[in-house]
Amino acid sequence: MIISASPSAYMMMNHDKQVIELKNVSFRYGQRQVLTDINLTLMQGEFLGLVGPNGSGKSTLIKIILGLLKPEQGEVRLFGQPLEKFREWWKIGYVSQKANSFNSGFPATVFEVVSMGLYGKMGLFSWMGRREKERVKGAIQLVGLTEYIKQPIGKLSGGQQQRAFIARALVSNPELLILDEPTVGVDSQSVEQFYHFLQKMHQNEGISILMVTHDVGVMTSHVDRIACLNKKLHFHGPPKEYVENQDHIIQQVYGNDVHLIEHHHH
Amino acid sequence: MIEHLTYLWEFSFIKNAVFSGLMIALICPLIGVFLVVRRMSLIADTLSHVALSGVAAGILLQKTVPALTFIQPVYVGMGFSAVASFLIERLRNIYPFYRELSLPIVLAAATGMSVVFISLADGFNGDLFGYLFGSLITVSRIDLLIIFIIGLIVVAAILLLYKEWFLLSFEEEGAFVSGIPAQILNRLFIILTALVIMAAMNIVGILLVSALITLPVAAALQVARSFKQMFGYAILFAQLSTHLGLLISYFYALSTGGTIVVIAAAILLLMMGLKRMRQRTGGAA
Repeated sequence: MIISASPSAYMMMNHDKQVIELKNVSFRYGQRQVLTDINLTLMQGEFLGLVGPNGSGKSTLIKIILGLLKPEQGEVRLFGQPLEKFREWWKIGYVSQKANSFNSGFPATVFEVVSMGLYGKMGLFSWMGRREKERVKGAIQLVGLTEYIKQPIGKLSGGQQQRAFIARALVSNPELLILDEPTVGVDSQSVEQFYHFLQKMHQNEGISILMVTHDVGVMTSHVDRIACLNKKLHFHGPPKEYVENQDHIIQQVYGNDVHLIEHHHH
Repeated sequence: MIEHLTYLWEFSFIKNAVFSGLMIALICPLIGVFLVVRRMSLIADTLSHVALSGVAAGILLQKTVPALTFIQPVYVGMGFSAVASFLIERLRNIYPFYRELSLPIVLAAATGMSVVFISLADGFNGDLFGYLFGSLITVSRIDLLIIFIIGLIVVAAILLLYKEWFLLSFEEEGAFVSGIPAQILNRLFIILTALVIMAAMNIVGILLVSALITLPVAAALQVARSFKQMFGYAILFAQLSTHLGLLISYFYALSTGGTIVVIAAAILLLMMGLKRMRQRTGGAA
């Protein structure tokens, strides 16, 4: 059973454009069914949290949205366009799960890593000009890493590296930010800072955000809507409704064998 | 000494060796930096073994079909590595979860073929030794021309596609999400690698080509603090090894390729030592 969404703050706002639209999406790896009949939307300016246990298909769903995997069935639309025709990838800032486990010996500075975020927008056969360099510096300043700008990325702490990757995702002024487990391997103080930062970006810049996490606790106080996934979509609605029906949803999503990671922050 | 060197400069084969050395010690580290950070440095080894099987096939061809003696074995080697570069990319896609498997497959098949061709051509001879380990006097004017054409192609390609290959090296998935045509660029890079190996095998020899691609880059990894610096250091180390190697091998009648590689290895050791000293003194510089 899917518990339906009720009107909430984000719906009161003037958002009628769908940034992400998934219709009846299914996916399997060989014999293993990973996603069944997923219907999910992300409205413009919305902050959506996608939660679910390990192996629930969260990362697979992200990869389908980004066109890295092809769904077995169903339709994906980005900014109103079918995925196959979508070309404006610079509108999407993506921070992958791997951003936390990249090759830390890679010989690149914070400046060089953040620059990569502009490459898609700049197009082939071009070099960074002064304008591009200023934007990179601006994005680095935004995440508070200016003093590390010339440092090799591997020399930074986990929290700082993650901020560098956020800067890389933001440097092209995206309209949509997709984050796959961005707080894995980051200390709890940085996680708190990170959420504040995200919320600021969301409120001031109106960026739409899709964030995957298994840390439900922190999330409920920051997002507009929550989607609970375990192969199927079990809940898609505002956090208040989620909290009210939490026991029921957790039972559905995680089954009886509950190993829920829930941290209490205040 | 200086007098002797100016006297030497009169010989065209010395000029050819120095000019080709300049170009090779530029393009080997250029592609080497990308190959090493992508953990694909073994591709240089693989393609050079393929070149060897091509050269062996060429020698066999010259012996068995007298009408075809005009085909230099080295060009057969080039053809083989060009074909293999496509094959490697195909294999990378056939084994998406074991991409590196493509390299040992091609390497093993090529080595097997070389041995068969060599035995059919009645074993080792002087020619083959030159191809294997490189030689000063084998660089002809035509070779020099080919090296320069390849060099220009490689330098132009890297300048034009630097940022795309940088992104692909750092994170293939991220490159795809940026809308960069990753597959085409990957293929192009392997072809570029094959070209560099063709250019370099005359001077350092087939078996030592991969050393000039990887050793200067490995040394640069010890000291570079940015991706751009990687190129600066790697090219510096490659030029040093090549020209010192040419000089020393000439004066002491040593194998050119071998001497170049030994010097490159010595520079690598030196840089490792330097890094250790830096860490011990706790200097952030």
